Amino acid sequence: MNKLTKKIDSAKGKWEKLKENREPIVYIGAASCGRAAGALDLKESVKAFLDENKKSARIIEVGCIGPCYLEPLVDIQMPGEPRVSYNNVNAKTLQMILKSHFQDGTPHKKLALGHFGTGDFDGIPRFYDLPMLKPQVRIVLRNCGLIDPEEIDQYLAVDGYQGFMKALKSTPEDVIATVRQAGLRGRGGAGFPTFRKWTVCREAAGEQKYLICNADEGDPGAFMNRSLIESDPHAVLEGMLIAGYAIGASKGIVYIRAEYPLAIERLKRAIGQMREYGLLGSNILGSDFSFEIKIKEGAGAFVCGEETALIGSIEGKRGMPRSRPPFPAIAGLFGSPTIINNVETLGTLPNILRNGPDWYTRFGKEGNRGTKTFSLVGKIRRPGLIEVQLGTTLREIIFDIGGGVQKPFKAIQTGGPSGGCLSEEFLDLTVDYESLASAGSIMGSGGLIVMDEDTCIVDLAKYFLDFTQKESCGKCVPCRVGTKHILEILQRISEGEGSPDDLLALRTLGDTIKKGALCGLGQTAPNPVLTTLRYFRNEYLEHIKDHKCRATVCKSLIEYRVIKEKCTGCQSCVRVCPTGAITGPRSEPHNLDASKCIKCRSCYEICRYEAIAGDAIVIRTAERQS
Amino acid sequence: MPEQIRKILGKHGRSPDELIPILQDVQAAFGYLGEESVKAISRYLRISENQIYGVSSFYAQFRFTEPGRHGIKVCLGTACHVRGGGTLLDMLERGLDVHCGETTEDKRYDLDRVACLGCCALSPVVQIDRDIYSRMTVNKLTELLKNYE
Repeated sequence: MNKLTKKIDSAKGKWEKLKENREPIVYIGAASCGRAAGALDLKESVKAFLDENKKSARIIEVGCIGPCYLEPLVDIQMPGEPRVSYNNVNAKTLQMILKSHFQDGTPHKKLALGHFGTGDFDGIPRFYDLPMLKPQVRIVLRNCGLIDPEEIDQYLAVDGYQGFMKALKSTPEDVIATVRQAGLRGRGGAGFPTFRKWTVCREAAGEQKYLICNADEGDPGAFMNRSLIESDPHAVLEGMLIAGYAIGASKGIVYIRAEYPLAIERLKRAIGQMREYGLLGSNILGSDFSFEIKIKEGAGAFVCGEETALIGSIEGKRGMPRSRPPFPAIAGLFGSPTIINNVETLGTLPNILRNGPDWYTRFGKEGNRGTKTFSLVGKIRRPGLIEVQLGTTLREIIFDIGGGVQKPFKAIQTGGPSGGCLSEEFLDLTVDYESLASAGSIMGSGGLIVMDEDTCIVDLAKYFLDFTQKESCGKCVPCRVGTKHILEILQRISEGEGSPDDLLALRTLGDTIKKGALCGLGQTAPNPVLTTLRYFRNEYLEHIKDHKCRATVCKSLIEYRVIKEKCTGCQSCVRVCPTGAITGPRSEPHNLDASKCIKCRSCYEICRYEAIAGDAIVIRTAERQS
Repeated sequence: MPEQIRKILGKHGRSPDELIPILQDVQAAFGYLGEESVKAISRYLRISENQIYGVSSFYAQFRFTEPGRHGIKVCLGTACHVRGGGTLLDMLERGLDVHCGETTEDKRYDLDRVACLGCCALSPVVQIDRDIYSRMTVNKLTELLKNYE
């Protein structure tokens, strides 16, 4: 342990120096989403600016701090000043910001978003006082966007690996007891008490035991695990050490989606650093605990998020679930006792161990302790990655943190394709495992998708069923055939060809699949249909009886029109129309031939955003004889 | 080619759980799983070609035909769907005259869908080769494609 203590001392020294900030530091938010928004180009521009003006500064790529709608984010910290954050930076504003800091010696007050110091700084608000951040409690995400994810020293300096060292000083049984007192439940979605799974595995017979980190984040619309690994990989890896020690495993595997290349790269680097620091290998820090971590890349199958399918995939087979018992905790990978924990569960462990269970139970509510991360997306003003205490209401999440919806709110989908779609009357529902289940939805891994009146409920249900139907592994007939049937019925309804009997058929099919499927995918697949039938029955009926899609989404039920009074005849739409459906000479209102129109939306977009006419092209419910 | 496969195989053990990592490496090197590669893997791991096809066809990642020069992946995650990802895919299918999962005749593009790229807050997104483009529209995408020969 001496060797590591020395390293920690030196890491803290370096961190103090960094904090004293004798040299300016430019932080660039460069997780996948920041990169998609152009963060790497900004990094090059910063370098060029510094070279040109003969200034020196450290440039640090950090992870994701959460408010994705503000990407790309650039923070600047000048000597003796707090770190100032700037949002939606582009090539032009970057120059203004850099000039202000490096030449005029003052932050660019107008462009500044917030600062990370204490108290007042030049009238710029504190970053954590921003409306999106203030209601949040950041435990798992505490380091995200703040430290360099590629530097183990920075993690050590903010008390990294202290939780593991504490665990190492007590017995595995004590570690399990601590997690039990903290009341931690699995963050992968099902909410099974973590300590209970661990106890079974700890007591199971077998020389070789495995710990698997489930990073197969397959839910469309969810990116919590990706962000955490990209921004703070060591937190997850420390959690693996703690869990491995508690259950008596000597081998750890991270099963991660191949679609997350940056996360994989950062994990590999972090694992290398752990080895260098003596945190992996035999007799870690002089104890009798030995542990190795390997990475296995998933190959693209949603069902592999299910425990037994995941195990099958690691063993080199088709990723199909098998019946339980025996549970993986007794007979899992290669027949050995295996624990599979979600990324977030593992990322929480270091905090619980470091600060103690009493500290953790201060957050959340009885039976639902601690915090949960969510990816808040869809038709919301402030989409992003958030962390709140369990027991927070949906209203607080959508309106206080997410800033509400631009158009009237319609629904929120929790738990991804396995979850349910909840209507406005559930806004005051608290987010905890039991409340969501009672409303017919689930907590799931944490995707929250907000929908407004432009979202068609039938289309949404069709979308989710299309997804689960494609991802069904085919083992159980109710799921394989049933999801296909549901999808066909939904397709029919969305084309205006449904009948009122279809609604009953959907319910019966849904209930049958729920009862007859072996794994979580099948058992939850009908949820989006069943909940929308329950809470948005009218919209189904409108499609069936009135052949009307009020959100103007279902293609068979809508048409495109040119509003003659608004059209200036600018020809923009004529140029983009792929089928020549729009015609008309310049400066005269154009004609749209409905028989040629394939409803591709090109004209609508160009008219709204680029044409001088403004919104002369509209999408509306088709008038149709029934 | 056999030389290259031998090199890849040499990096892996012969236990059955090496199959997927081997397939991933082979696909990374050649862009797809060709018949010869599958034969070589079958001999190396001592499992039938059938079994290899069984496993590889189960996973979305693997393909059995030569890929085009550029891979276009339209994200159809929930957030992207709600914000019009499906329209983008429709437009590409029509514009490039291919179905999702196919390669254009001139081998310029592969068109695929992906369940989620995890950039939901910037939806809808499209990935071309290794770059992810955010907040795409039909017209922006048309312009963008011109950069990929």
